[in-house]
Amino acid sequence: MDSSSSPSDPGLLTISAKIVVAGGFGVGKTTLVNSVSEVRPLNTDAWMTEASEGVDDLPPGGGKSKTTVAMDFGRITLQPDLLLYLFGTPGQARFWFLWDDLSRGALGAVVLVDTNRIDQSFAAVNYFENDSVLPFIVAVNRFEGKPEHDLAEVREALALNEDVPLIECDARSRASAIDVLQGVVTHSLSLAKVSAPG
Amino acid sequence: MTDSAKDVMTVSHDDKSDGAQTKMRSKRVRPYALTGGRTRTRHHLLVETLISVPEFDPVLAESLMPESRALYSRACQRMSIAELSANLDLPLGVIRVLVSDLAGQNAVFIHPTAYAYQNNPQVLERILDGLKQLPV
Ligand SMILES: Nc1nc2c(ncn2[C@@H]2O[C@H](COP(=O)(O)OP(=O)(O)OP(=O)(O)O)[C@@H](O)[C@H]2O)c(=O)[nH]1
Ligand SMILES: [Mg+2]
Repeated sequence: MDSSSSPSDPGLLTISAKIVVAGGFGVGKTTLVNSVSEVRPLNTDAWMTEASEGVDDLPPGGGKSKTTVAMDFGRITLQPDLLLYLFGTPGQARFWFLWDDLSRGALGAVVLVDTNRIDQSFAAVNYFENDSVLPFIVAVNRFEGKPEHDLAEVREALALNEDVPLIECDARSRASAIDVLQGVVTHSLSLAKVSAPG
Repeated sequence: MTDSAKDVMTVSHDDKSDGAQTKMRSKRVRPYALTGGRTRTRHHLLVETLISVPEFDPVLAESLMPESRALYSRACQRMSIAELSANLDLPLGVIRVLVSDLAGQNAVFIHPTAYAYQNNPQVLERILDGLKQLPV
């Protein structure tokens, strides 16, 4: 740690943690983040201005290229000295490269799934199974007017490993969104205890 | 220039950032010039890493470049790298370099993340308890 703290101020030291919210296009990521966040959505256009410059071509005529990638941002003050942040990126596959920076150091992730378009979340599941070390769970967003899902069928359709927790949620409900976050932390905790027994 | 800034400058860029550099244009030129091409920073600054100013020094503030000064004032209220980027309208990479320089001068304090504690069970338990206590 850095040594520039003022030890005389006990309230100063604050731990921040992060959970990432992933999933395909339109599965309810933004809805879930905003259901629990204590702050209004942030304009995140500035975050990746350099990165997006690298992947986008100038429009014909030499005009200014302006890519806005609206990412999700949420904050929850758990204790005066303990903050939990939520980060999500849009579901389109062309934004996957953003995940590496945003998800580094996260305590875990949730992949949201819409059972109507289950294939939309294949890429996210693949990413967390193969290209990431983060613990993750999968949450089926219960869009209204739909029958309850058979989670065993969803697991099969996603070819989801037995040890990845699979739950249902309603992204519009604060209580349900909190349950999802608890599910992520509980899963991370169980893995942390396995890797560091005692 | 601070020592930390020199350190960072000697670090070579990765391919991705080189690609971005050759396409530097318009609005992008300024933040790039601001950091002297430094794209790596010494401190591990995650998007959720919190920054604060232990003791605001108006003389130091005066001596800073406008962007650093703006950051320094903002961080008087404890703030994450992600929020600093959005509020100051500067890319995450630029914020990281500016914060790193300020931290090198002990002007700002970099708070620990759960990751710095390797997401250890005690920290995770506290987070879980906090979530359970949230008003619904
Ligand atoms: N009925 C119902 N609608 C929902 C639910 N969750 C999300 N929606 C709606 O579904 C649409 C997509 O939700 P978003 O939260 O924007 O989805 P997203 O994953 O952020 O989408 P992208 O960022 O574009 O990938 C919105 O119109 C939401 O209002 C739900 O649980 N029930
Ligand atoms: Mg969205």
